[in-house]
Amino acid sequence: MRHIISVLMENEAGALSRVAGLFSARGYNIESLTVAPTEDPTLSRMTLVTTGDEAIIEQITKQLNKLIDVVKLVDLSEGAHIERELMMIKVRADQAMRDELKRLADIFRGNIIDVTDVSYTIEMTGDGAKLDAFIRVLDPDLIIETVRSGPLGIARGGKRLAI
Amino acid sequence: MELSGAEIVVQALKDEGVEYVWGYPGGAVLHIYDALFNQDSVRHILVRHEQAATHAADGYARATGKVGVVLVTSGPGATNAVTGIATAYMDSIPMVILTGQVPTPVIGSDAFQEVDTVGITRPCVKHNFLVKRVEDLAETIKKAFFIASSGRPGPVVVDIPKDVTDPNLRIAYSYPDKVEMRSYNPVEKGHLGQIRKAVDMMLDAERPVIYTGGGVVLGEASAELTELVRLTGFPITETLMGLGAYPSTDPQFIGMLGMHGTYEANMAMHETDVLIAIGARFDDRVTGKIAHFCPNARIVHIDVDPASISKNVRVDVPIVGQVKSVLHDMLRVLREHPRKSGGERIKGWWDRINGWRTLDCLRYEQGPGAIKPQYAVETLYNVTKDDDFYLTSDVGQHQMFAAQFYPFDKPRRWINSGGLGTMGFGLPAAMGVQQAFPDATVACVTGEASIQMCIQELATCKQYNLPLKIVLLNNGYMGMVRQWQEFFYDGRYSHSYVDALPNFKMLAESFGHVGMRIDNPADLEAAYREAFAMKDRLVFMDVIVDPSENVYPMIEAGKGHHEMHLSPHLSSDRELA
Repeated sequence: MRHIISVLMENEAGALSRVAGLFSARGYNIESLTVAPTEDPTLSRMTLVTTGDEAIIEQITKQLNKLIDVVKLVDLSEGAHIERELMMIKVRADQAMRDELKRLADIFRGNIIDVTDVSYTIEMTGDGAKLDAFIRVLDPDLIIETVRSGPLGIARGGKRLAI
Repeated sequence: MELSGAEIVVQALKDEGVEYVWGYPGGAVLHIYDALFNQDSVRHILVRHEQAATHAADGYARATGKVGVVLVTSGPGATNAVTGIATAYMDSIPMVILTGQVPTPVIGSDAFQEVDTVGITRPCVKHNFLVKRVEDLAETIKKAFFIASSGRPGPVVVDIPKDVTDPNLRIAYSYPDKVEMRSYNPVEKGHLGQIRKAVDMMLDAERPVIYTGGGVVLGEASAELTELVRLTGFPITETLMGLGAYPSTDPQFIGMLGMHGTYEANMAMHETDVLIAIGARFDDRVTGKIAHFCPNARIVHIDVDPASISKNVRVDVPIVGQVKSVLHDMLRVLREHPRKSGGERIKGWWDRINGWRTLDCLRYEQGPGAIKPQYAVETLYNVTKDDDFYLTSDVGQHQMFAAQFYPFDKPRRWINSGGLGTMGFGLPAAMGVQQAFPDATVACVTGEASIQMCIQELATCKQYNLPLKIVLLNNGYMGMVRQWQEFFYDGRYSHSYVDALPNFKMLAESFGHVGMRIDNPADLEAAYREAFAMKDRLVFMDVIVDPSENVYPMIEAGKGHHEMHLSPHLSSDRELA
């Protein structure tokens, strides 16, 4: 089963590689991983998406907690939560295609953030399925490049992951 | 007090109460070695290879419970230490390893003797640090000792670039009394509700087994464990790492369990209805095939490391906490409980265990011919049992024979590489033990293959007058490899014969030690007595043993506890009882 885990960790050099190393050393799956400092610059927040049965997820959370740099973590999948992913997608946009691409971007509530004679770059956020859907409606030949952040997650309601 | 980084390293070790540092100098640590030169409160032991420095510090830590300290240079100094660091990591041994690093401005430039020490050691340390500023040095060293020795212990590497130890860069020094880390708060006490649940389960048990591991030794919980075993009347079995936590000569001890455990211990595991696992981690050498593991048991597991719980085997009552503290609480709950455990309820269980015992699964026959390795260990016990005695071992058949035939009655007396299985561990580990306890009798039981992996340390033993007793069970083969090849590869002994052996007696003598060669069982005890009477000399006993002897009982990898191979000496009809 897919799980999305948020990790608060010391913003130290090498902290990211400890997490990445743990996953490869113990053979856990890792689908995506994003990390950036929080409003408290001594802390980073990492969001990672992994898959595994209950026993494996339990081990993953325990092993993550065991890392000295990890302050706190939560398996967001255990409760109601929101996920968002950012995608930037660069597409071929010749004169004939421009209106259609703009309409499609609007339908998906994307923004065109860069324009040249031959291309549009569209920014879009949503859960992974929405971004996948947008890619599917585009003619593959039009896609020049895509970049996705991997999901970020946060619990619904007043709960928070903080120290 | 204004100190340079190099002086801070030495002063921090003093303030930490460190007696010994095992190490080897080199370019990146020269400033630190210079600071070591003009003082005598931290004693530096010069080894002949960095791997030995880590094993010696490890042996010291295992025997004393204190943190073992290592100092090596960058690059090859650090990489040579990695085997010893991984050895300590697998067995949760508290160590601090100080490694030199190239100066910060050239890190990442493939400088001379540069490796990414923090990267290389990351998977085999509890934690590691790269100290980039001299201002961070004292606090980082404090953290390293704190992390290494608290919670589930383990090795911590502190990588120190050369410019951080610059003798011309002096700063105010103060060593923190303690450190607080918001991200690291090891658990002390176990949950009382869980402990009560465990006690209820234990009181209901009809076929209980207490199964303990190295955590009881590391957690200094021998007294509490012994009391628990006596109070409940339950049988106890120990892992290779746990031997000595409960007195092995006591009748409630049913032997080591696992791949080379006793028949009665493994059969008891197979039939138990309540298993109480304490400071043990359900290693594959202990469990055998998980699907066959304790098929009828409900399981209580006490461990300081939550990640050890339900990692390999799903348990029913997990208790996270320091073993000593949890057992203390458990004893109180047991004593105050209106019901009593053991007694009549488990009498039939003991009858069954004693029935298994009559098989005498470790029986061997010592004839007038070749010395049996079992006899060599048993005789060693008879000669040393009244001494203040420590035994280290290397890895292989001799290790298993020692574990089976030398009954340890106290913790920290049996020192071996259980998790990683590091050949070459025994001799340097014994050096660390002897350094810690100069008046104790320290022996290393080893094989002719293992001993050659760190044999250069005979020179260190000479330099520091370490009167070790080395008992080499010389069968000419990597015995355990040969045994597996006999069983599973139709006797194709591929590269397990150790050809071109040196004359170990002369080799030992060339290092300035006493050498002996013993090949007649009739001479063995007298030779041991002569050797152990030489209190101030290292004696290297080359004991020529039967090359065809195998370690029994044996559970093949992937088999269950009830599927033991027994010695051909024993009646075969009980083999799969």
